[in-house]
Amino acid sequence: MRQLFKDYEVRQYVVQVIFSVTFAFSCTMFELIIFEILGVLNSSSRYFHWKMNLCVILLILVFMVPFYIGYFIVSNIRLLHKRRLIFSCVLWLTFMYFFWKLGDPFPILSPKHGILSIEQLISRVGVIGVTLMALLSGFGAVNCPYTYMSYFLRNVTDTDILALERRLLQTMDMIISKKKRMAVARRTMFQKGEVHNKPSGFWGMIKSVTTSAPGSENLTLIQQEVDALEELSRQLFLETADLYATKERIEYSKTFKGKYFNFLGYFFSIYCVWKIFMATINIVFDRVGKTDPVTRGIEITVNYLGIQFDVKFWSQHISFILVGIIIVTSIRGLLITLTKFFYAISSSKSSNVIVLLLAQIMGMYFVSSVLLIRMSMPLEYRTIITEVLGELQFNFYHRWFDVIFLVSALSSILFLYLAHKQAPEKHMTP
Amino acid sequence: MASLDRVKVLVLGDSGVGKSSLVHLLCQNQVLGNPSWTVGCSVDVRVHDYKEGTPEEKAYYIELWDVGGSVGSASSVKSTRAVFYNSVNGIILVHDLTNKKSSQNLYRWSLEALNKDLVPTGVLVTNGDYDREQFADNQIPLLVIGTKLDQIHETKRHEVLTRTAFLAEDFNAEEINLDCTNPRYLAAGSSNAVKLSRFFDKVIEKRYFLREGNQIPGFPDRKRFGGGTLKSFHYD
Repeated sequence: MRQLFKDYEVRQYVVQVIFSVTFAFSCTMFELIIFEILGVLNSSSRYFHWKMNLCVILLILVFMVPFYIGYFIVSNIRLLHKRRLIFSCVLWLTFMYFFWKLGDPFPILSPKHGILSIEQLISRVGVIGVTLMALLSGFGAVNCPYTYMSYFLRNVTDTDILALERRLLQTMDMIISKKKRMAVARRTMFQKGEVHNKPSGFWGMIKSVTTSAPGSENLTLIQQEVDALEELSRQLFLETADLYATKERIEYSKTFKGKYFNFLGYFFSIYCVWKIFMATINIVFDRVGKTDPVTRGIEITVNYLGIQFDVKFWSQHISFILVGIIIVTSIRGLLITLTKFFYAISSSKSSNVIVLLLAQIMGMYFVSSVLLIRMSMPLEYRTIITEVLGELQFNFYHRWFDVIFLVSALSSILFLYLAHKQAPEKHMTP
Repeated sequence: MASLDRVKVLVLGDSGVGKSSLVHLLCQNQVLGNPSWTVGCSVDVRVHDYKEGTPEEKAYYIELWDVGGSVGSASSVKSTRAVFYNSVNGIILVHDLTNKKSSQNLYRWSLEALNKDLVPTGVLVTNGDYDREQFADNQIPLLVIGTKLDQIHETKRHEVLTRTAFLAEDFNAEEINLDCTNPRYLAAGSSNAVKLSRFFDKVIEKRYFLREGNQIPGFPDRKRFGGGTLKSFHYD
């Protein structure tokens, strides 16, 4: 097989298979949660499916994917092409070592279970996944109101854009004229047969110190100027693209759809601020919620508003809807972010590695979101997750999530503030 | 040397196909040592002798504008790129022989450059149902270059080259397949060098000579280049 097809195609196939398998199993996990709430399928069969699913996912995440990532990275380095397998095994062992070390500083090691048990693996995968989730949601919580609300949009007029474009073209013209001089100089040198790149021998070196051909000296000088101008042209290009993007956003915000999203943006920003606030409170007061928001909400309405509810019935449905929404939006958000990221950094050499990395991240993300979703579900549904995942310190995970969330949100606020401050000053200068 | 007339040629293609290496090879006759991503546009200049070997020989500057980015970029990036497409005299379309998608994207690239006031629909046009009429009345000469020839295994070479021949026919253009890290593909006198020089001559003609109302004769000195299949150019 390897002789018939170029290696490139065979590898691609494997990568695609791995990615889709990871995705499929992650989605199955979520389906199982939904089934749990709805009460579909027999309880024991559900348990069995959970276990099996979890085993497969962990197997893929911890064993297969890192191995293939190592394999592809090593294949990219031309030197080690011959002994790929050995080097990728070495890389994989290093990964396993670090993975294990990860567990030490956290209070998740319980001496009751063996080394290779599911709990150990899940705990570590959970740590990485939770960190990732918290980072992403922290950044998202701050970025979301920033992009949606038109309050933050700078005012950009057409004349600004035209002025910047003119500057860009002028810079390009300057670069061109310098390059023309260089090309002509090189041509005359070539025609006169003065092509000596490196003076050879001892005398040649001495000679080159005292008398250097005026042509080549000129060239290096011009080359430096050209380099500086090229850097300037790159900056101008990026700024112009930025201005175009802002202009489009302004136009978009004037349409109905834009206004609608703007409105939503206000809601989201309030929600995000509330979340940050809650995270701070959780850390400061060192408390972890025992009951989920749905049941609590219903209790509040029953107690304060005096409305009679059939608590069990409604809590089941509402929690189902809520969990469903959370799942769908988080999957969608993750996939969109990943595809954008993927487009930005894709290249034909490293595409295999990137796809595998994405599969790894996605798998970890899903596993840990199952972990955290436990918080939002009423008590009777939590039992199955607790059963399946074994004895993990769930409280720890929630606390860890809050900490990272807060840190990420604050740092992204800082970052966006700096970026926002810097940008208008650049455009004000004529 | 007095200042020469200039001609502007765009070099378009997907990210990573080798446009910057190609431009460097064409202008400096050296292989590019450390290729890195092109942000925005980088220009290089080549001095070309029009009608080399005849008494009417004249040197021209050929500016090669290497525009970076991908067809799927945000529309803000596309609008910024459009600034470079003004007053273009020729287009070189570069694709990667190991990557089929890059050849398919060439249709979108050419549409973006030629109809820069039309919004591209973003629909991927495959080889089958492609509208040749859009290129029938195109006055700007095109050249299709396929890179990374050395990475194609011998057994697949024939199949790949037939595919690219179809591609070049669709654009009504010549095609060259080479490896940008090896200058011998463009060595003087090779058929690739001849095709390249013919392309540049055509660009210069369209820019400077058709305006003066001169009808281009059948190019009698083309016979001396010999070799390869000669496409007949239709001038309206």
